[in-house]
Amino acid sequence: MTGSRKLLVLGGMALAAIGMLYGLYYAVFVEHQALDQMGGSLARAFASAAEQDSSESQTAIEAYASTKYDYVRQVDAHSHWIGLGMLMILLGALFGRVNFSEAIRQAIAISLLAGSAVFPLAVILQTYHHGSLMFKVVAAVGPGLVIVGLTATAWGFARQRTMA
Amino acid sequence: MASVANSSPVLSTFAPMSARRLYIFGGITLIAAGMLFGDIFAVFILHQNAGQQGAALIEASRAVAARDATAATAIFGRLGSLLEDRGTKVDAHVHMLDAGYLALLLALVQPYIAFSQAAKKAMAGLFVVGGVLLPLGIFLIHYVGLAYSPFAVIGWASVLADSAGALLIIILLVQAWGFWRYLQNPELTEPKMPAEDSMPRRALLTGGTLLVLLGFLHGSYYAGTMLYQHEQMETTILQRMIGFASEGNLVAASGETTNFGNLAGARAVNIAAHSHIIEFGLLAMLLSFVQPYVFLSEKWKRRWVKVLLGGSVILPVFVLLELKLGLLAGGIADFGGLMVILGLIGMLVGIVRYSGHLDAAESAR
Repeated sequence: MTGSRKLLVLGGMALAAIGMLYGLYYAVFVEHQALDQMGGSLARAFASAAEQDSSESQTAIEAYASTKYDYVRQVDAHSHWIGLGMLMILLGALFGRVNFSEAIRQAIAISLLAGSAVFPLAVILQTYHHGSLMFKVVAAVGPGLVIVGLTATAWGFARQRTMA
Repeated sequence: MASVANSSPVLSTFAPMSARRLYIFGGITLIAAGMLFGDIFAVFILHQNAGQQGAALIEASRAVAARDATAATAIFGRLGSLLEDRGTKVDAHVHMLDAGYLALLLALVQPYIAFSQAAKKAMAGLFVVGGVLLPLGIFLIHYVGLAYSPFAVIGWASVLADSAGALLIIILLVQAWGFWRYLQNPELTEPKMPAEDSMPRRALLTGGTLLVLLGFLHGSYYAGTMLYQHEQMETTILQRMIGFASEGNLVAASGETTNFGNLAGARAVNIAAHSHIIEFGLLAMLLSFVQPYVFLSEKWKRRWVKVLLGGSVILPVFVLLELKLGLLAGGIADFGGLMVILGLIGMLVGIVRYSGHLDAAESAR
């Protein structure tokens, strides 16, 4: 088994396991509380408005928006780590068909794996620093690396077919 | 004439009740069941649930206008239940599909997992059990609630789902350990899957890669241009809805409820299109590996591939068009989902026929 395939299969398994472990931790310790908080904040926003307390209503809406911001990203990180992990394992099984030298295949594999690891991580880090430009940039660079790697992989598949 | 990979090395890759056979049957069945569940959910529950959410928000605005805080709080209790109903069904659908994809992936890597056949078979059985119990537990969360639960916020259905999830994690970690053992002593524990170079296989592989790539491009476009804007819009709409309701302007508050529903719809269709096109791409790539086991004529194998790839494009494209074309596009998208399910079941039937053919030949010896 070549280095690029090992990297993708092992890396993909690690990413899928991290995504699952994060999902399990999240489901047990965070999700129910987050959903209760979101529902509670929204209810408080309307109830406070009914009591003509616009300041409390505004605070509750902001709390709702903040909790939802975190919730969306935590779920996204979980699903993207697992999804990307599966894609890495699959590409690892197929990488022998990518018709480039092993050095180029390794570069593609590193690009795919780095993007797949960094993107969900940056998405989670955004929950600690809402609106952080740096994490937004890193979250954008991650998918970029995966797209470049995937395009190169598709090109590698096509090269093989042309030569066959 | 049915085409079947029947040389002895190929037969040995699909032994009766082997880990690989369990993963392939279990995986395809989980995926087909998850898709069928998703289609039923989309047709009979999704839109009705969204309508009920809108009605609850209008009711809450009325409660604000009437200065009735108790009623407003009670309405959100109901709204929470509606959101849980929807959320657990989406999660059950997604987790069933993902367990299926993982099962197919594990079928693929079995030659590189350095354990005995009996251990691998036991893990495959446990994986399929976990793959069934995880979405089942998630589905039951809404119905079981906190009945007889000793925990403050976690019910027995959540415990079932979390335990099944933990089982899948443990199996995956053990598989990773088995792969590590293989790397220390690189000898295959069973033959690799057959490397047939047929048109259905190439079409699935190429089509799958393109679908995944399109999904990534769409996801990046959505995240870059709409995600943050949508989040900001949601807060603004809620503020205006409550503001209008406080002033007693229920017409304007109701208009904001419509805006809120439209925004939720826009987010939902973009996320659904993104996730479905990538999942269908992954599925197509995974199914390219099992084509040698599909015991059907070449003509039918090609037909099922076309049906599956056609549905894989139709569903996400028409899900996106739902914003412009409404329920017509939704209906076409559901039909696309049905095409994928049909293609999948067609291939599953071919694999069942292959197994029967193989087992009959084995028992005749």
